[in-house]
Amino acid sequence: MDKLLAIRARGITKSFGDVVALGDIDLDVTQGQIHGLVGPNGAGKTTLLGLLLGLAVADSGRLEVLGTPVGRALDAPDGVAGFVDGPALYPSLTARQNLAALAALRGHDAGTADIDDVLADVGLTAVADDRTRGFSLGMRQRLGLAAALLTKPRLLVLDEPSNGLDPAGKKHVHGVLSRLTADGTAVVLSSHNMDDLEALCSEVTIIATGRVVFSGPLSKLATDNRELDYRLVTSDSQAARRVADDAPGVLVVDDVVRQDTELLVVRALVPALDDLVVRLVQEGVALRELTPLVSPLEAAFLALTEQQEAGR
Amino acid sequence: MTATLVESREQEQVTKGRRVPVTRACRFELVKLVSQWRIRLLVLACWIVPALFVAGVSQQSTLPVDTLFGRWMHATGWAGPLVMLGFAGTWALPLLTSLVAGDVFASEDRLGTWRHLLVAVRSPRRIFVAKVVASLTVLLVLVAGLAVSSTVGGLLAVGNQPLVGLDGHLLAPSDAAGQVLLSWVCALAPTLALAALGFLGSVTLGRSPIGLLVPILVSLAMAVAQMLPLPVAVRVALPSYAYISWNGLFTSPQQLAPLLTGVVVSLVWAVVATALAYVLFVRRDFTNLTHDGSGRRAITVGVLPLVGVAAVSFAVVAATTSTTGSGIEQDKVQRSLATAFAHLYRMQTDELHRPAVTEDQLKVTATCSKGHVQDHAEGPGNDWRCVVSWHLPGVQTTGQAIYQLDVTSDGRFVADGDGPKEVNGYFLVRTPNGDAPNPMWQFDGNVELLDTTSKG
Repeated sequence: MDKLLAIRARGITKSFGDVVALGDIDLDVTQGQIHGLVGPNGAGKTTLLGLLLGLAVADSGRLEVLGTPVGRALDAPDGVAGFVDGPALYPSLTARQNLAALAALRGHDAGTADIDDVLADVGLTAVADDRTRGFSLGMRQRLGLAAALLTKPRLLVLDEPSNGLDPAGKKHVHGVLSRLTADGTAVVLSSHNMDDLEALCSEVTIIATGRVVFSGPLSKLATDNRELDYRLVTSDSQAARRVADDAPGVLVVDDVVRQDTELLVVRALVPALDDLVVRLVQEGVALRELTPLVSPLEAAFLALTEQQEAGR
Repeated sequence: MTATLVESREQEQVTKGRRVPVTRACRFELVKLVSQWRIRLLVLACWIVPALFVAGVSQQSTLPVDTLFGRWMHATGWAGPLVMLGFAGTWALPLLTSLVAGDVFASEDRLGTWRHLLVAVRSPRRIFVAKVVASLTVLLVLVAGLAVSSTVGGLLAVGNQPLVGLDGHLLAPSDAAGQVLLSWVCALAPTLALAALGFLGSVTLGRSPIGLLVPILVSLAMAVAQMLPLPVAVRVALPSYAYISWNGLFTSPQQLAPLLTGVVVSLVWAVVATALAYVLFVRRDFTNLTHDGSGRRAITVGVLPLVGVAAVSFAVVAATTSTTGSGIEQDKVQRSLATAFAHLYRMQTDELHRPAVTEDQLKVTATCSKGHVQDHAEGPGNDWRCVVSWHLPGVQTTGQAIYQLDVTSDGRFVADGDGPKEVNGYFLVRTPNGDAPNPMWQFDGNVELLDTTSKG
C-alpha cells in the first residue's frame, strides 16, 4: 500500500521560535494524484511545501518522500521538483538559457529537444529566446513549471502555480499537470484558487493554524459539510418560491438578489436540495439552472477555517 | 527478475539526493554572472579602455606627473601599465570588486532565488564556494584586462624601452616587464581582500544596497587613512597599503619588507572576511522568508572580527618593525634622494655623451631640512629642502644642486630641481641629437617607510 505513496507524513511538527508553523500533520499523497493544499495565509502551507522540497527539516515526526525518509535539510530524494513562493528565474538569461543552466546544474544533460519540448508543453515556444526580465507573472509561472518538468519529476510541488495565468496559460498548465499524473507523477498543489483545485485535484488537505482540519476526497468535502447557497432559475419563480418555502431543510435567501424576480437563492444541504428538485418537477416547474453561489470547496474551506479560528 | 532489478536500481537512485558538484555549480554561477550586461560591459571596458587611455595619454604633451611613473609615459611603454595600476588601486579595483563580489549573494535576495538554488544544489556550502570562485574568476579576468590592455597600449604607442625606476636606476625592458607583471600580481592581494569584504557585505546586508557599496566605502576609508598623518604601522596594517607598496619593486635594492607586509596583511583580511561571510551564510535560515540575512547581530559578527584583525595587524607590524611615527625620517629621505640623483646623473651623462661615470665614483650625498628643522626632521610635507653634493673623477670641486621635495605620507616624493640650471634647473637638456627631457629636473622617489637600518 505504502509503495503507492509519493508522500507519507506522520506527526510532523515544525516551529520557528515560539511560533508553531505545523503541529502534528499527517499527509498521504498517492502517486498519480493531484493533491490540493488549502489554507488561509499563515496556515503553514509554505512550510509544509518547504519540508517536501527538502528546504527545511521537521522538528519531529516522520516524513517519507518517494519512499525515502527525509531526516535532514536539503536531503530530498531525486525526482522531487517544484517551487515555493513563485518560480525563481534569472532575468538576464533567456527562457531557454534558464532551463539549460538549471538542467546542467542538476546534472540532467537536457538537449535542445528536451528544452523545446517542455517549453512547448507550457506554451512558451514563441518567447523561448527572450530574456525573462520582461516576462509577465503568468509567463514566469509557466517557465517555472517547465524548469520543474525538465528534471522529469516523480513528485511535483507547486505553490500557487496559476497566479497571474490567463485562461490560455491556465489551460496549458492544467493540461501538463493532468498528463503528468496520468504518467504516475504525484503533484502537490497549494493554491487559493478554488476553481483550479476543484478542476484538478482528486483530494485536498485543508490546513488552518498549522493543523489539518480536513484531508480526503473533494467529493466527500462537498457533501459532508454545511449548507450551501444555490442559484435557482426556473420557469415560474413564484411557484418555485412557494415549493421552496414548503420544502423541509430549504431556506429561501430572498434578500440576496432582490431585483431579479426570476431568480431565487436557496440554502440547503445536498439531500434537501435533491428533495426540492423532485418537488419542483412534481409541481410542473421547469428547472433551468441550479448552481452553487460559491464552490463547495470554498464554502467548506471558509467553514472549516472559521471553526478552527473560533476554537483557538 | 529483470523488472525487480530495474525497480531496485530506480529505488537506489531515488534514495540518493545527489548534491551538485562544485564545478557544475561554479559554471552555473559563471553563466549567471557573464549573462549580466553590467559584467559584460565591465569586461569589455577593462580590456579596451586602458589601451586607449594609455596610448592616448602617451601622445599628449602634458603627462600625468602626479601619478607614479606618469612622467615616463613618453619614454617607455612600460610606464603605462604602472600608471594604470596606480589609478586602478585607488578607483577601478574597489569599484570592480563592489560590482562583482558585492552583489553576488545579494542578487539572489533581490531575485528571490535562494530556495530555487538550494533545491537544485542542495548544499549552502557548495553554493558559497561556487559563488566565491565564480566572482574571483570574473575579477581575475577584469584585472588581467586592465594589466594586459594598458601594457599593449603602452608598448604599441611608445615602444619597448627601458624604464627608469623610483631610485633612478634603469630597468631593461625585460626586467621592467617582469616587475610590471609582479606589481599587478601583488595588487591581486588587496583586491582579494576587498572582494572578501564584498562577499561579507553581500551576505550580511542582504537586499540592502549598502552591501554593494562595502568595498568602495572601505576602500575610500582606507585611502583617507593612507593620506592622514597616522603612524606608519597603522597604515601598513590596512589591506590598501598593498596598492601602494608595489612601488618598492622599482628600487634597487627592492623594498620588499613593506610589499610583503602589505600582501600578507591583505591575504589575512581576505581569509578572515571570507570565513566570516561563510559562517554567516551557512548559518542563515533560508526557510524564513522575511529574513534576508541582514541584522544587527550579523553586522556585529561580520565587523567586529575585522576590527580585531586590524588591531592585531597593527600590533604585529609595530612590534616586528620597531617603526613608530610616520616612517619618513631625515636620513632616509637623504639616502633615497642621493641614490636617485646618482642614478639619474649617470643617465644624464649618457644623454649628453659625457665621459662615463659610475654611482660609486660620484659619491653623492644629500643634506635635507624640513621647514626650519635642520636635525631629526621627519614627516610628510612639501617643505623639504635638500642640497645634493657629488664629485666627478679628476675634478676637485664638489658639485651641488638644490631640490625641493614634496613627500607624501606613503613615502613617495617628488623632487623638484632648483638649480643650477645646467644640472637640474631646466626641464630640457641640450644633447648632440637635439633637446631632450632633463631626467634630473623633476623626478619621483620613494622612502622605505619600514626601513629601520638608520636606527643602527
